[in-house]
Amino acid sequence: MNSYLLSLAIWVPVLGALPVLALGSGRRNMVRWLALAVALAGFAVTLPLYIGFDVHQTGMQYVEQLPWIPRFNLQYMLGVDGISMPFVILNSFITVIVVIAGWDVIEEKQAQYMGAFLIMSGLVNGIFSALDGILFYVFFEASLIPMYIIIGVWGGPNRVYAAIKFFLYTLLGSLLMLVAMIWLFLEAGGSASILDWYRLPIGLTAQILLFIAFMLSFAVKVPMWPVHTWLPDAHVEAPTGGSVVLAAIALKQGAYGFLRFSLPILPDASHYLAPMVITLSLIAVVYIGFVALAQADMKKLVAYSSISHMGFVTLGFFIFNPLGMEGALVQMISHGFVAGAMFLCIGVMYDRMHSRQIADYGGVVNTMPKFAAFFMLFAMANSGLPATSGFVGEFMVVLGAVKFNFWIGFAAATTLILGAAYTLWMYKRVVFGAVANDHVAKLTDINAREFLFLAVLAICVLAMGLYPLPVTEVMHASVDNLLKHVAVSKLP
Amino acid sequence: MLNTFVMPDLYPAAPEIFLLLMSFVVLFADLIFGATQRRLAGRLTLMTLLGCAAITLFTTDGQASLTFSNMFVDDLLADLLKLLTYLAVAVTLIYGRQYLGDRKLDKGEFYLLVLYATLGMMVMISAASFLTLYLGLELMSLSLYALVAIDRDSPRATEAAMKYFVLGAMASGLLLYGMSMIYGATGTLEIGGIAQALLQGQTDKTILIFGLVFIVAGIAFKLGVVPFHMWIPDVYHGAPTAVTLFIGSAPKLAAYAMALRLLVYGLFSLAKEWQTMLLIMAVLSIGLGNLAAIAQTNIKRMLAYSAISHMGFMLLGLMAGVVGAEFDPFTAINAYSSALYYTVAYVLMSLGSFGMILLLSRAGYEAENLDDFKGLNQRSPWFAAIMLVFMLSMAGIPFFIGFFAKFAVLLAAVKAGHTVVAVVAVLFSLVGAFYYLRVVKLMYFDEPVDAAPISAPFDMKALLSINGIAVAAFGLFPDRIMAICTTVLLRSL
Repeated sequence: MNSYLLSLAIWVPVLGALPVLALGSGRRNMVRWLALAVALAGFAVTLPLYIGFDVHQTGMQYVEQLPWIPRFNLQYMLGVDGISMPFVILNSFITVIVVIAGWDVIEEKQAQYMGAFLIMSGLVNGIFSALDGILFYVFFEASLIPMYIIIGVWGGPNRVYAAIKFFLYTLLGSLLMLVAMIWLFLEAGGSASILDWYRLPIGLTAQILLFIAFMLSFAVKVPMWPVHTWLPDAHVEAPTGGSVVLAAIALKQGAYGFLRFSLPILPDASHYLAPMVITLSLIAVVYIGFVALAQADMKKLVAYSSISHMGFVTLGFFIFNPLGMEGALVQMISHGFVAGAMFLCIGVMYDRMHSRQIADYGGVVNTMPKFAAFFMLFAMANSGLPATSGFVGEFMVVLGAVKFNFWIGFAAATTLILGAAYTLWMYKRVVFGAVANDHVAKLTDINAREFLFLAVLAICVLAMGLYPLPVTEVMHASVDNLLKHVAVSKLP
Repeated sequence: MLNTFVMPDLYPAAPEIFLLLMSFVVLFADLIFGATQRRLAGRLTLMTLLGCAAITLFTTDGQASLTFSNMFVDDLLADLLKLLTYLAVAVTLIYGRQYLGDRKLDKGEFYLLVLYATLGMMVMISAASFLTLYLGLELMSLSLYALVAIDRDSPRATEAAMKYFVLGAMASGLLLYGMSMIYGATGTLEIGGIAQALLQGQTDKTILIFGLVFIVAGIAFKLGVVPFHMWIPDVYHGAPTAVTLFIGSAPKLAAYAMALRLLVYGLFSLAKEWQTMLLIMAVLSIGLGNLAAIAQTNIKRMLAYSAISHMGFMLLGLMAGVVGAEFDPFTAINAYSSALYYTVAYVLMSLGSFGMILLLSRAGYEAENLDDFKGLNQRSPWFAAIMLVFMLSMAGIPFFIGFFAKFAVLLAAVKAGHTVVAVVAVLFSLVGAFYYLRVVKLMYFDEPVDAAPISAPFDMKALLSINGIAVAAFGLFPDRIMAICTTVLLRSL
């Protein structure tokens, strides 16, 4: 059965970006509306993926297979399961938000800005739906280019450093992954299909080496402690839209890589090295949580909070129980909404004040009441308040971790305190209190456009928090299947 | 026997003969009409290349035909490489026309030297004997030395030509010395005959290895790989950019042919020995080329060091054809075709990136510093995007041709059991990514220092755009060229 939905999800935004780029920067209105139309079209073609999804099927759905490079037996092979499908939709959705968020704010080279985001959106959909290892790699690597340009062109004062650091860090990991993939390709008798790799018996030493190669790539992307240092730089320097995409989408690629490659292809090494990954995850959760507490720059604070939350995700994967893994996946999606929204909120303030220092603010609620209400909701979600999406994932992972080992669960649960501490303390200093200075006094509340995207995200956060079933339902079969697969040794 | 002259079959050498005849036409036409019609020589040269391409295409029969007493071979590999050479030379001429015109260098001599260098390459590509190969090599090299010095008033160019000449002459000497050793051991100069003699295994291995070392050194010099790379940065930097473009593209194809003909066709029995030599040179080139390129502020020098690292990658493919003792023809063909594909990809990228330097240069102004690329995105978003494609392709980022070239070579290397070497190679390409990204950074993140509008003839702009699109399109769909490379090698080996 060949379906074209995934190809559409990839190529509609990429090809749609070309006319946007061709319009040039002179015709701002046309550029914006066309970009929005393309983003909406890109989002629209992903919706049937959800509607037509068979939640009981464990395998890949919407599979497309075409020969791509027959000489190497590389296939243009796409497909999604319950793990990857939600991310395709999330990514296309966030792209729409980003286009709206960049509507007035981006004044220079808007066509290129929109074009870069659209191209990236398509490439990222490719990452989540590629079933051929090399095809995955190609998308994985190519998606760095637009992000590099976004950070470097529209970023803050230290943008060049941040952009190059971002690119080289990520490239370092992925180049080793390429060698690992070539090795697997040859070992599988000249097949790059991920599904073939799943069935490949591999010895333990080789598994461990491959695991490390893959992990370097994914750990940088997630990012895990200690290879996280590019993220605060990239987040702080990137324009708002770039931060949103980085937090909501780019980080998920690393975590997704663990699920698609490391766990199922290398189950024995995964079990063998799980204590290491769990330790690194806990360090990220606890230590980075404290680091976040000490930040004076709001974006940096949210960046560190992202690292801490992603530590939760990797923890959930490597405790090997359904609760932990599903919780981690929910956390990934929820973090996409929440972290995206947090960066948008900071962007809203930055556009007015041109400062991200917490110390420059105070009493924002007096001048921006509507904004303060939204910001409150997202801050609460970020700290894991029940009834928001942030709670569901964290709670599931903690439950899973306690089942696995009480003390690991205990350590992970500190995030509920730490997360609340750094987020709410920041919120208090920025929003409450007396009006701190003249600049704050002159602030104007959010306009209709800002209201729109914040409201949409708020609905998502609340809906997922109150009724997560539509999300967990699609994942269930795939997660069970993955865990069953991981439980079986692949040693020859 | 001695006094009977057998007329050789000239048919396989038809393109070479045509080019030689046409070179006289160009010479006389320029002599007679050159003063009034300055562009005549250039046009005639392009037409010559077109004619050669037509002849090569129409005389292709898929068979290897030997002529001139087995000294000259016309096989599919030769046809493919010659066609690519014509293409590279023609592109060079079109890119360089305005640059040369602005500097009053577009005299008849230039085109003649280009034609003779091309002829040299063609002879090298078709060589079936050590002597033919050496003849072609010298014809190409001598023309190139003169081309580097064509701007006689430039001290830098003259210095570069001098260095190139001295080192090049020495390398030719080394090569010739190595050839004489092999000749002494086997008693023949024919490449096929040498392979036969070596297979019988009655030759003295010491002499053979001794000769092999010199031959490999000669090849390494022509390819410009460490430790025989010293001339590359100086020559690339010193020569007029249009000549750099020429040196940096088509001769790489000829050097690939030379390496393949000598090492694989001729000295295959010594593969274990030369494989190790190539491996060491490849790793050193990839390492040194990428590290040294970081320190450059002149983009021509930067691309020179990058050329060293790319040729190292190419050697990696070439050496991956033999796996220890057992020989598997398919693995070997795959490895050689990966090297061929890498060379073709590199030539495409090299043409484009030097073409960009030519595009930004104008009368009295050489855009050869990295800073000249600053803010190109604001001056011309289209050409900034094209340069982005070239740079990322050279860095080996996917969706561009450079990625699949690297992929094919790495695949061959891992298959030959050199996984560690592959890891080292990719780590150095990470270093390489840094300086390519720096060019992207200059174009996109910085403000322009040079606000002059980009003026270039239409054909150059169009061709440069096609070149960029080709690098991207063959990156998306690389299968066709790869298949051609493999088929050609399958049928020529």
